[in-house]
Amino acid sequence: MQNWVPTRWLPTLWILSGEWRAHPVRMGLAVLAIAVGVALGFAVHMVNSAALASFGRAVASVQGRADVAVRARSAAGLDEGLYPRLARLPAVQAISPVVELTASWGKLARPGSSAKGSRFTLIGLDPLRAMSVTPGLVGLSRSGQSGVGSRPAWQGDAVWLSPALQRATGLQPGDAFTLTAAGRQAQFRVMGRLAAAGDDAQIAVIDISEAQWRFGQMGRLHRLDLKLADGAGARAAVQAVLPADAVLATPEAEASRADALSRAYRVNLGMLALVALLTGGFLVWSAQALSVARRRPQFALLSVLGLPRAGLVRQLLAEGLLLGVAGAVIGVALGYGLATLVVEQFGGDLGGGYFSRTQARLGFDLPAALLFGGLGLATALAGSISPALAAARTAPAQALKGLGDAPDPAKAPRARPSLMLLAAGGLAALGPPVFGLPLLGYAAMALLLAGGVALMPALARLLLAPLARRGATWLPLDLAVRRLWGVPQAAGLALSGIVASTALMVAMAVMVASFRQSVDDWLVAVLPSDLYLHLEGAEAGGLAPADQARLAAVPGLAHVQFQRVISVRIDPARPAVAVMAQGGHASVPLIAETDASTPPGTTRALISEPLAWLYGWRQGEVHELVIGGVPRRLFVAGTWRDYARQWGAIVVPLEDYRRFTGDATATEAAFDLKPGADARAVQEALQAALPVAVQGQAQFGRPAEMRAVALTIFDRSFAVTYALEAIAIIIGLIGVATSFSAQVLARMREFGMLRHVGVPRRQILQMLGLEGAGLGLIGALSGLSLGLVMALVLVRVVNPQSFHWTMDLALPWPLLAGLVAALVACAGGTAVVAGRRALGKRALLAVRADW
Amino acid sequence: MRSDTPSAGPAVATSVLAATGLARAVPLAGGGRRSLFSGVNIALTPGEVVAITGESGVGKSTLLNVIAGLDAADAGEVLIGGRDVAALAEPERAKLRASALGFVFQAFHVLPHLSLARNVALPCLLAGMNAADALARAEIVLADVGLAGRGGDWPAVLSGGELQRVAIARALVHRPGLVLADEPTGNLDPETAGRILDLLLSEARDRQAAVLIVTHSEMVAAAADRVLQLSASGLVPA
Repeated sequence: MQNWVPTRWLPTLWILSGEWRAHPVRMGLAVLAIAVGVALGFAVHMVNSAALASFGRAVASVQGRADVAVRARSAAGLDEGLYPRLARLPAVQAISPVVELTASWGKLARPGSSAKGSRFTLIGLDPLRAMSVTPGLVGLSRSGQSGVGSRPAWQGDAVWLSPALQRATGLQPGDAFTLTAAGRQAQFRVMGRLAAAGDDAQIAVIDISEAQWRFGQMGRLHRLDLKLADGAGARAAVQAVLPADAVLATPEAEASRADALSRAYRVNLGMLALVALLTGGFLVWSAQALSVARRRPQFALLSVLGLPRAGLVRQLLAEGLLLGVAGAVIGVALGYGLATLVVEQFGGDLGGGYFSRTQARLGFDLPAALLFGGLGLATALAGSISPALAAARTAPAQALKGLGDAPDPAKAPRARPSLMLLAAGGLAALGPPVFGLPLLGYAAMALLLAGGVALMPALARLLLAPLARRGATWLPLDLAVRRLWGVPQAAGLALSGIVASTALMVAMAVMVASFRQSVDDWLVAVLPSDLYLHLEGAEAGGLAPADQARLAAVPGLAHVQFQRVISVRIDPARPAVAVMAQGGHASVPLIAETDASTPPGTTRALISEPLAWLYGWRQGEVHELVIGGVPRRLFVAGTWRDYARQWGAIVVPLEDYRRFTGDATATEAAFDLKPGADARAVQEALQAALPVAVQGQAQFGRPAEMRAVALTIFDRSFAVTYALEAIAIIIGLIGVATSFSAQVLARMREFGMLRHVGVPRRQILQMLGLEGAGLGLIGALSGLSLGLVMALVLVRVVNPQSFHWTMDLALPWPLLAGLVAALVACAGGTAVVAGRRALGKRALLAVRADW
Repeated sequence: MRSDTPSAGPAVATSVLAATGLARAVPLAGGGRRSLFSGVNIALTPGEVVAITGESGVGKSTLLNVIAGLDAADAGEVLIGGRDVAALAEPERAKLRASALGFVFQAFHVLPHLSLARNVALPCLLAGMNAADALARAEIVLADVGLAGRGGDWPAVLSGGELQRVAIARALVHRPGLVLADEPTGNLDPETAGRILDLLLSEARDRQAAVLIVTHSEMVAAAADRVLQLSASGLVPA
């Protein structure tokens, strides 16, 4: 029998299996708590890695895997004179000029609309040049041959589609393909597919001269793909001849940019998942501590009969290990299922909107499975260590007589270590970001949580001291207060789960509510007009001045303000910033503005919070930014709040932008209506006044609808957060229920004694209900206070350091009050239910029994 | 019944237990220490039954704990089978208990989640015997104490007397040289107590195990070969 187990382990194995058989629900919940944490962490990791890998593949496909690329800083592009200059460099072995435009097909629509159409990247290149630098971008003809050598296929209306774009459009070779880019529409004929483009990228490739001619890009290039000679100096030689409006984009910088795009979002979700794991750890600790406390006489018997202390510790850790292994295995399986579901339902960025044009593919990541499974295991073991050591420290003879573990009410619980943890948490919250991430902020939250939970016994005693001193005339209340005051360690054990989960859910609820409220306020501030127009994918050119004049002349309009938005790359390793050229008075919600006047020779600029954070620009300073191919001196006159562009935005006067670039087009417009004008009629008139080429790209919006859509997207983005929050609540309530029922069952002898001396069953139940409700109240209020402090860390430290924006604190009082009430009711109710079970005939007999 | 002087007793070489000069004090709440006993000498030969009596709080159970190596004496020496208990490290003391000592408690301490056979087999496993042999031997000893064929039963269905029979079987199953019994009949009615005591002593004598019983019961004391009374100054013949 059980030959695979060493003989000296059998006694404990027998006892453990007996315990698991007797309390399968309790053990199952501990396993479930670990499994949920592991599943969330693993799923978030899997989804994000899949999305990032897919995004990386798409980027590589668009780039065609050149050694390096010289890129334009903005959509305005580069002068094509750079091409021969670079081609003449000895370091350059081969060079391929590229026009790269954001384009669209069909009708672009808001989320939820049934209109068919989407954005893609339109690439114009010279196939002869591209064959030696980026062969993956050279299309195959219908016969499977390269277009090279069959020159006619590359002229005129020939277009090659990537497999993903071909699937999306449903087009076959020979079909006509109408697309819009740079505010112009053109029709092409599908010649074949770009087999080497992979499954992720939505790209179409045409001849470079067609791209320049048909989309108004004559003399302009957006990229030069290079094959360089070996040697360290090659990149430096290229770098040395670059003009101000070009940057050298290395594959490493591109990878870093893709990673940077969603890094903070991924890290934050990962941390939230680990928070769920941490809550699971508390539950394991609580379950193990109670279980060990209850079984202390059993372990004492084993010690008396000859089991060494080290053996006892080892074997209790083995129990934790079993819990951990079961939790980890179930968690990894659940996580994989969850990741598959999430990718199908929300896409690769969990609704975050970072990788909108890629399709994530999920594979099983074994190292990550081992990592997250290992974390679950470590959590279960960590939760088992202190109960195991406590069991080993107990004097067996005392424990056998039911003594030794009896708490001494005269001994006050220690508060100093907890206060030190809280102080360390406070200090960590003041720390700077590490590797650009709020790691110290998370450390602060963990320390605050650990300190807050550890402080519970001392706090419970402090809060109950006045009641305990005064005493109560009603026996159930008196007994309840004296028990809670006299045995704060037991109260602390039951409270730990409540406090941990309450604090975490309050922190998350307050953070999300603050963010949502701030976003809502911001939307009101940035949408002061009656109607808005946005052209999708119009970076390279939007509404010409004549189009603008036509729109402005539409009846019913009191005022029109046009805006031109372009992306400008300041740092090749970071996503581009948005330069917003606005006419008239800038309509952005300023949070700081300098009184100083704009120095001569500079342009007045308002920078967004993320830009100030990322590039260290401060108001009153002058910085250079390449606009129109030349570095321009910008005077930072103020900072504004922006939740839309995480990577930074700069507002400059429209007239300055036009002067710098000669680009008089607009990509957005804000319309104020005359009093009494019908918004719908005006919108229809505006739509009709748009040039046909951009009608498919035009999106009109009224502030109320736009706010509703934005908040819907916000809620969808936070759906995962809400799910984590709900799980934290459920784990917390389960923790309350299990720890309380275990404690009540462990006190059967006490109840038996009370019934022997004449306390009615009803009064014992009342006592238990009061104890439970009292504990729930202390736990919920402590968790609420701790959660508010942690929310401050999230709002003031973690969010600014992750996403580079600030927000105002908003407290969702109805939600918080409901939470406290639910916890108090749950704790009291559980105590009564467990009490009913414990107060049967067994309680009377328990006075004589030992367990 | 036979009484001896506390310091005399059998020669150490033939003793299963030889304790000399044992002293133990306990800390007081307000500081300082209160002496429980000092100068305790005791020796037991194989098969001998010795009862220790004394007032409550005098340290009878503590003396048993010191002898079993579960508590440390402030002075003196305990030899079990010739081995100095205090000189052993904790794992070695545990091993010594597993091989040389059996225990019977007032409160039975039969584990509720284990079958009777598994309860009884525990000491054999801790002494290193394989599970199959341990369970087979447990069934035999259960039969010896009147519980033949009950090895698969759960403790919840047993009476107090039956539970103590299980405890006696567990104390003797691994053939220890010394059984330490702390009020073994304290939770039983007089009739059952008499039967249990007879069973414990006869089974122990059959196996040549010495028995050291702490008791308040005159009936138990009367059944012992020697009766010693514990007081602050040591053990004296009752």
